[in-house]
Amino acid sequence: MKPYSPNSPRQSLLRSEVEPLLEVRGISCNYDLERAVFDLSLTVHRGEQVCLLGPSGCGKTTVLRAIAGFHPILTGSILINDQQVSAVNNMVPPEARRVGMVFQDHALFPHLTVRENIAAGLAQLSAGLRGESVGEMLERMGLSHHADRYPHELSGGQQQRVALARALAPKPLLLLMDEPFSSLDQELREHMGQEVSDMLKESGTTCVMVTHDQNDAFALGDKVGVMSEGAIVQWDTPYNLYHQPQTHFVADFIGNGVFINGQCEDKKQVNTSLGMLQSDIALDWSNDADIEVLLRPDDVVYDPDGSIIAKVTRRAFKGAQIMYTLRTLDGVKLLALFPSHANFGIGDEVRVRLDVDHLVVFEQNSTVD
Amino acid sequence: MIKPTDSALTASRLNESTKMIFHRRWVRVVDNFFQSRWKGLSVAIPYVWLVIFFLIPFFIVLKISFAESLIASPPFSSLFEWSEDAALKMTLIFDNFAYLWEDDLYVKTYLNSVKISTISTILCLLIGYPMAYAIVRASGTMKYLLLLMVILPFWTSFLLRVYAWMGILADQGTLNSFLIWAGVIDQPIRMMYSEFAVYIGIVYSYLPFMILPLYANLEKLDLTLHEAASDLGAHPITVFFTVTLPLTIPGIIAGGLLVFIPATGEFVIPDLLGGGNVLMIGRVLYDEFNSNHDWPVAAAVAIALLILLVIPMMLYQHAQSRQINN
Repeated sequence: MKPYSPNSPRQSLLRSEVEPLLEVRGISCNYDLERAVFDLSLTVHRGEQVCLLGPSGCGKTTVLRAIAGFHPILTGSILINDQQVSAVNNMVPPEARRVGMVFQDHALFPHLTVRENIAAGLAQLSAGLRGESVGEMLERMGLSHHADRYPHELSGGQQQRVALARALAPKPLLLLMDEPFSSLDQELREHMGQEVSDMLKESGTTCVMVTHDQNDAFALGDKVGVMSEGAIVQWDTPYNLYHQPQTHFVADFIGNGVFINGQCEDKKQVNTSLGMLQSDIALDWSNDADIEVLLRPDDVVYDPDGSIIAKVTRRAFKGAQIMYTLRTLDGVKLLALFPSHANFGIGDEVRVRLDVDHLVVFEQNSTVD
Repeated sequence: MIKPTDSALTASRLNESTKMIFHRRWVRVVDNFFQSRWKGLSVAIPYVWLVIFFLIPFFIVLKISFAESLIASPPFSSLFEWSEDAALKMTLIFDNFAYLWEDDLYVKTYLNSVKISTISTILCLLIGYPMAYAIVRASGTMKYLLLLMVILPFWTSFLLRVYAWMGILADQGTLNSFLIWAGVIDQPIRMMYSEFAVYIGIVYSYLPFMILPLYANLEKLDLTLHEAASDLGAHPITVFFTVTLPLTIPGIIAGGLLVFIPATGEFVIPDLLGGGNVLMIGRVLYDEFNSNHDWPVAAAVAIALLILLVIPMMLYQHAQSRQINN
C-alpha cells in the first residue's frame, strides 16, 4: 500500500524509538465558525510525552480533538503511525484511529461499573481475554477493590484512574489527555500527575496532554508546546521554556517574573536602572536599543551588602521560601524568592543584588506576540 | 496613615455586619412563617384537591360498582340500608365484576385495548425517538422551532384534530382523492372504521407525549460520552445501543406510560375513527353507561380498567423515584 520509506515501522528497535508516531502538518481548524488553530505543526516521537500548554481559548483542546478525530481540519493533514488519519474533507472516524482519550470530566459511562467501563474498548476480544485484560488494568491502577462500583460512587482520584485505565486498556497507539487533572484538588493533582507520568514512562506510552496548568505540563511533558491564539509559540523542554523563553508571551506565561527596561550598552551588557547586567552570550541588538530584561524571582538574591535597596510591598509565605514583591527606591517592581529565614514584614527595607546568569531580553513593548 | 484607614474599614465592616444581622433576622422571621403556615398549606392544597376531585369520585364509582342496577333515579341500589332493628346494613353485590369476567365481550375488549395501546406505544417510540434525537441535535433556532412544532397541535382542540383525520381517511376523503388523482389506485381504499384508523389516531394524538420526555432525557445526555465510546472503537450504531439507549431508558419509560395509560382508556378515537368495528374499553364503558343505562356495570368496567392501569402507573412511579435517586 505505502511505498517503502526508510522510516517505515518495520525497522530496528533503535530506529523505531526515534520515529515519529504522530505528525501534525500545518493544520487549521475552526471553532464556532471562527478560526481557532492556524497552520499548526508538531511531531511526537514514539514513547514521548508531550504537552500543549496555553491559556483557555488558545485552541489547544481543538488540536487534541482534531488528533482524536472529533474535529475536522481545514488545511494540512494528521498522520498517526505513518497513516494519514485527517486531511481536508477526509477523516478516518475516531473509532478506527487506535487513539485513547482521557476526557476533561472523565466521561465515564454512568450506567456501567468500573469493570464494564474499562472493558468498553475491548469489545473485539474474547470474553476470557477481555476479563484478563481488565483484571490486569484494575490491578495496575489499584482499582481491584472498586471493580463493581459505579462511577458516581468513586472519589475524583479514583474516577481519574478509571478514565486512564479505560483509555489504556485497548492498548492505543497514542494516548490523548484533555486537562486530565483539572477536576482534582491541588494536592491530589500533583500526586496523580507524578503517578501518571511514572506509569506512562514505564510503559513507554506515547502521550499528548493539553493543559492550562504549567505544573501539570512540567510534571508530564518531555516537551511542552506553549500555545497562544491558535499557534505554537515555543516547542521546548520545560527547562528551556523557563530559562530561555523565546517570546515575551512565553516569558510572561511560564513562571513568575518581572520585566525591567534597559538599553543595550554593547553586545555583552545591558544598562538598567538597577545597574549594568552582563550577558553570557552576545546580544543580538544594536547599541542603545531599548530592550527589556526578564528577571525571575530567583534572579533577585537577598544580600545584606547588596547595592539595590527596596521596600517590601507584599509577601507570600511558601514554607522553605518566601516570595516577596519589592519596590526599589526608583519605583521598579521586583519579585524575589528568599530563603525562609530572610523574614521581613511589609514596609521593611531590604538589600538585594541581581544574580542573572543568562539574560532573557526582548524588544520593549513587545507584549503583543 | 494606616490608622484612619483602619478605623474607617472597621467602621464600614461593623456597619455591614449589623446590616447582615438585621437582614438575617428578617429572613428568619419570614422563613419561620413560611415553614409553620405556608409550608403546611402548600402541601395541603394538592392533597385537598386530590381528595375532592379524585378520591371522593373514585369511592362513589366504587360504591356504584358494588350496587345493583334498578330502574329508578339514581338507577342503582343503595349500599347502605337501615334494617328494622335500626342497624346499618351494607350490601355488597359482586355480580357486576363476575359478569365482566363471565361475559367474553369484556375480557376480549380489555385484551384488545391493551393490544392496541401497546402497539401504539411501540409505534410512538419508533417514530418519536428519532424525532426527539433530531430535535436535540438540531442547532439553536432550529431546535426551538422543531420543539414548537411538536407542541403546536395542543393549541387546537383534540376533538377537532380527530375530526380532521376523519376527513383525511374517509372513502371520499383527502387521502383517497389524492391517491386516485395520482393514479396509484382506481377504487378508494377503506381506511375509516378500522383498527388502522384507530392506530393512526392514537399515534398521531399521543406522539408529543412520547417525544417530550425523550427530548428532556436526551437533552441532558452528555455528548462526550458518545465521543468516549467512539474513541474506544465503537461504531456509531454500537454507541447508540450501548450508551445512548441505556441512558435514555427513564425517558422511554416515562414516554411509554404517558402514551400507554391514556391510550388504553381512549374513547374519542375508537368511537370516531374505529366505529363499531374496534372494541376498546372506553367505548364499552360509554355504551354501558349511556345506552344500557347500567351504571353499576359501567362503574365495574371503570374500576377494572383502573386496576389494569395501576400496574403500569406503579412502574412509572418506580422508574421516576429511581431516576430521582440517581
